[in-house]
Amino acid sequence: MAERELKRRTAPSREAPEVEEEAPASTDKAEKLKAELDDLLDEIDEVLEDNAEEFVRNYVQKGGQ
Amino acid sequence: MAIAKVYGIETEYGIQAVGPREQNPTGAASVLVNAYASERAGAVSWDFDDETPGVDARGYVRETGGAPEVERHLANTVLTNGARFYVDHAHPEYSTPECSSPRQLLVHDRAGELVLQRAMTAARQLLPAGEEIVVYKNNSDGKGNSYGCHENYLVDRTVPFPVLARRICAHLVTRQIYTGAGKVGCEEEGRTSAAFEVSQRADFFEEEIGLETTLKRPIVNTRDEPHSDATRYRRLHVITGDANLSEVATFLKVGVTGLLLLLVEDDAFGERELVLAQPVRAIHDIAHDPTLRTTVELVDGSRLTALDLQWELYGLAAKYADERGLEAVGSDAEGRLVLERWERVLAGLEADPSTLSDQLDWVAKYELIDAYCARHGCDLDDARVGALDLQYHDLRPQRSVYQRLGLERLVSDEEVAAAVHDAPTTTRAYFRGECLKRFAPSIVAANWDSIVFDLGGDPLRRVPMMEPLRGTAEVIGTLFEHCSSPDELLRRLGG
Repeated sequence: MAERELKRRTAPSREAPEVEEEAPASTDKAEKLKAELDDLLDEIDEVLEDNAEEFVRNYVQKGGQ
Repeated sequence: MAIAKVYGIETEYGIQAVGPREQNPTGAASVLVNAYASERAGAVSWDFDDETPGVDARGYVRETGGAPEVERHLANTVLTNGARFYVDHAHPEYSTPECSSPRQLLVHDRAGELVLQRAMTAARQLLPAGEEIVVYKNNSDGKGNSYGCHENYLVDRTVPFPVLARRICAHLVTRQIYTGAGKVGCEEEGRTSAAFEVSQRADFFEEEIGLETTLKRPIVNTRDEPHSDATRYRRLHVITGDANLSEVATFLKVGVTGLLLLLVEDDAFGERELVLAQPVRAIHDIAHDPTLRTTVELVDGSRLTALDLQWELYGLAAKYADERGLEAVGSDAEGRLVLERWERVLAGLEADPSTLSDQLDWVAKYELIDAYCARHGCDLDDARVGALDLQYHDLRPQRSVYQRLGLERLVSDEEVAAAVHDAPTTTRAYFRGECLKRFAPSIVAANWDSIVFDLGGDPLRRVPMMEPLRGTAEVIGTLFEHCSSPDELLRRLGG
């Protein structure tokens, strides 16, 4: 719990009340993002390279910086 | 004392030649750069006169060994927006012009993507039917080969380098929780444990501090090549970053690092030493844990998560902002935006990282792959997952998974399109860009801190630009209005 206290001290702007308010909103947001992702999955196979195995195997780069 | 920050990003892009013919990567990268440059007036050659990658910030010059070789024969151009577009280590590389704020740099980093897209299109017209060179904005091929995305920050020379290195190291290790671009699989030698990693680059760091950039990569790079007045400035060359597609990630990567450098310059870190006991181990361990629960040890023996450490740094930065303001970030208002977004992202990561899948690269990729595996009943080692991972970074609009995901934007398409041609007006890049737009036929070569003119007859004339924040539109904009020839420009400059 020492870590918790430490955070509270150094980041005073995120006190408990704010967190309580945010909790349901962040769940809503997560749900919404999940739903959008589901729609995207319906069409993602069109975007993927035809032969995924060969594509991944052939993607070899020379090392750089 | 904290000085006004000047920023830049250099990105080495991954490339793949598609088609029946075997192409060597250096040749393919040259085709891209030359195809782009040959279509455009104003692109001129790079001048290598000030390249000294072997100078070490710890106070010595390495005479032999692995310092990067200057590849004089390869494609190498300067563009009218002040950027450098060239071939480096078999990759096309785009260095943004010098920018005076994180947001301006974000615009120019995205403009670099547009330049690469246009280079792909230009190359397609030159290559035989059925051949194409595809560009990826990532940092690893998933097979142990990495290529970089480096940031540059102008720093007050009076800060002793060991102090700078000690202060900034913990940030460079822990910031990956929002700057990471994510990847499937581990590329750290002798380790195979991780399934999904937060960062593309973290596996490739083997030293805490050093001069290398291509092998035994260090977390703090000591290259001392200011490309400006070396008695006043240092250019901190940061090599740990992932190449980001997420605008929020790029904005925070540059904004938070720039902001923390003000604290370093003003010695505002307070009593507590936020110094990691084993930074190399820490950068790997944090990367390997997308739950963000892993703790790392500080020299004082305490253990913190990357989030804890970022909250500590946030607290120090917020205090600094209240006491001294953030003008030196670019403007106080923009500094506040960085702080505000930083806080929001840390809070999101703490509550539930998946709520940031519309903001951060690694989270967006992680959520997509997770959902894909659930739907198809496959594992992370499925080739389709590998393809998703790579294609997240594909710059072709029709193949880009990033584009389909629709992450939050911070800048407009119009701004980005303009930055393909126009330099920032607030740094010396403006002078470079305007000279190239107006007088390209009389310019032999250009680099970060000078332009070389050939006015015919006389010896070549070099115009030095040792101050990154001079040569701005405000100072010399009217000069260009009054100069119809390069001779006149040089005369008025007093050269």
